[in-house]
Amino acid sequence: MSPAVERSTASADHRRIRQIAGTMIPVRGHDIDTDQITPARFLKSIRFEGLESHVFEDVRAALRRDGGAHPFDRPDYATASVLIVQRNFGCGSSREHSPQALKRWGIRAIIGASFSEIFFGNSVAIGLPCLTAGEDEVEWLLRTAERDPAAGVTIDLTEPAATVGGRRVPLAMPRHAQEAFLAGTWDATALLLEGFDDVEAVAARLPYVSGFTDQSGS
Amino acid sequence: MGRTLFQKVWDAHTVRRLPTGQTQLFIGLHLVHEVTSPQAFAELRERGWGVRFPKRTFATVDHIVPTEVRERPFADTMAEAMMAALEQNCRDFGVPLWDLSDDRQGIVHVIGPELGLTQPGLTIACGDSHTSTHGAFGAVAFGIGTSQVRDVLASQCLALDPLKVRRIRVGGVLPRGVYAKDVILAIIRRFGVKGGVGYAYEYAGDTVERMSMEERMTICNMSIEGGARVGYVNPDAVTFDWLAGRPFAPAGDAMTRARSWWASMASDPDAGYDDDVEIDAAALEPLVTWGTNPGQSVGVTERLPTPGSLPDEQRATAVDALAFMGFDAGQPIAGTPIDVAFIGSCTNSRLSDLREAARLVEGRRIAPRVRGLVVPGSQAVSRAAVKEGLDTIFREAGFEWRGAGCSMCLGMNPDKLEGREICASSSNRNFKGRQGSPTGRTLLMSPAMVAAAALAGEVVDVRSVQ
Repeated sequence: MSPAVERSTASADHRRIRQIAGTMIPVRGHDIDTDQITPARFLKSIRFEGLESHVFEDVRAALRRDGGAHPFDRPDYATASVLIVQRNFGCGSSREHSPQALKRWGIRAIIGASFSEIFFGNSVAIGLPCLTAGEDEVEWLLRTAERDPAAGVTIDLTEPAATVGGRRVPLAMPRHAQEAFLAGTWDATALLLEGFDDVEAVAARLPYVSGFTDQSGS
Repeated sequence: MGRTLFQKVWDAHTVRRLPTGQTQLFIGLHLVHEVTSPQAFAELRERGWGVRFPKRTFATVDHIVPTEVRERPFADTMAEAMMAALEQNCRDFGVPLWDLSDDRQGIVHVIGPELGLTQPGLTIACGDSHTSTHGAFGAVAFGIGTSQVRDVLASQCLALDPLKVRRIRVGGVLPRGVYAKDVILAIIRRFGVKGGVGYAYEYAGDTVERMSMEERMTICNMSIEGGARVGYVNPDAVTFDWLAGRPFAPAGDAMTRARSWWASMASDPDAGYDDDVEIDAAALEPLVTWGTNPGQSVGVTERLPTPGSLPDEQRATAVDALAFMGFDAGQPIAGTPIDVAFIGSCTNSRLSDLREAARLVEGRRIAPRVRGLVVPGSQAVSRAAVKEGLDTIFREAGFEWRGAGCSMCLGMNPDKLEGREICASSSNRNFKGRQGSPTGRTLLMSPAMVAAAALAGEVVDVRSVQ
């Protein structure tokens, strides 16, 4: 961790996230969009509370109709805390309701082949780390979780890597997100409010902020 | 080497480098709506923060508003609660709100440009992924989540990483019956739904340069469907002339200064790009999606792909999509029966879209089995359309003419698909359940193609109708 990050985190100690330990829940499928994770009708609320009861609601109902069971409906995954997904997870709408629903359900970290940019950023902002692994590693994690729902996983964000049954799986995460989790500064508002003079200075030199009325400018 | 518009805007709005290595970026315009803001305002209250730049923050209502019975209180109590929350929040925090009683109300991505709030060279954020629409004006505009809405309200800033820039040069004359919507669907088909992750898309080339602002907005709007959070077109005379005279646009000497600054923000001729690709507009035909993501489309004269013929990484998704849609691999897309025709959404609900659809349906009747819905993007679009008699044309053809809002693009208001209905839609997403019914099906296409499908009761080539 850089000394600068260390300095700005005096009040963020309780938000530091270094290690996540628990069991895994596998959800297969590429390009799983946020409409699938949180159908729009559940956005009709002024709160995030309660969203956890509707995670993947329509996908789960469709599977039940076909006599199947979505992992989020299976009792053996009910206490899982690490979600394993495939490519481009969370694409589509910018609704933070999706990572909120997953986190409130009990998910503490997500490992996938790749994530949509907005979903990734929304997850960082609420303290939910999304980490990427190689395709083969993701497949191995999915199979392991499918075979043994009780298989333990430990994610260490300092490396970052996951350990499952003695096997070490290397993970990746953009440096800024890793720093933010380790330092407990993933809730960026406090950082952004520091040094507001600098913000005023930028606003003052942008000609549109004054409606292009400053004749000395550009 | 010169800089791209993205780099210029980024540099001009950089406040500082954050300890995490990210950039603290000043946000020039923050647009707020009822769905992604209530929790953000609640946190401001909890933490004792105000809105730092209320003059750079504007709110409207679009996602949940009924398009038929618009009197308050709404029949839907949750929708009413969201509306009341936004009204209270805007009052308490000094944010201007254009609600249903205001003639400036409409879809946030339609009214921003219409009012002249959206201008070249700005950074624009909104809690909605289709904020990329505003990039049509040469702004760097992107969707954010609710925590970031809170960040912008409290600090007028965001913590972000810069993007790479892919220039997409579209060249050639668009054939008759082929529209901006087909261009962006073709781009997404070619690069995939995640091809743009990590990139801003710069749309360039003579085809784009000849396009109107409304066409440019349609293209930038769907950047996110290709994975690109930001999409933009370099500002030019078309942009400046479109803005002139709008309520929030500069006037007189200020406009002269604005034009010069705006022009200076365009990408330099010798700017470097992280990727540079070309699309031949003259070779395009009208496109229709057949699957459950916007990259799954075919030309209207083509057949649905066989999963085995697709690249490995698209195969599983295609099998799943075919099963959900109830379509067979290899079947032609033309002739697919439709139940609903929806013309609207932030992608295609502007006056030129309505004009083109009206031109096709004038003096004709839509198929008896089809429910047709026209939802203008804003009250201003609606007024302009009524002035030209477009509402009458649509009504006489059998369409319902509605009030402005997001409507059946995402079914957060009473306008929803029912059961397994298939909708020919001018919107932007064909995700499972997107239009309000968990099993409902969406075929994305241009507004003209929707009009043609409504008349025929099935997907047809608009070029055979004109």
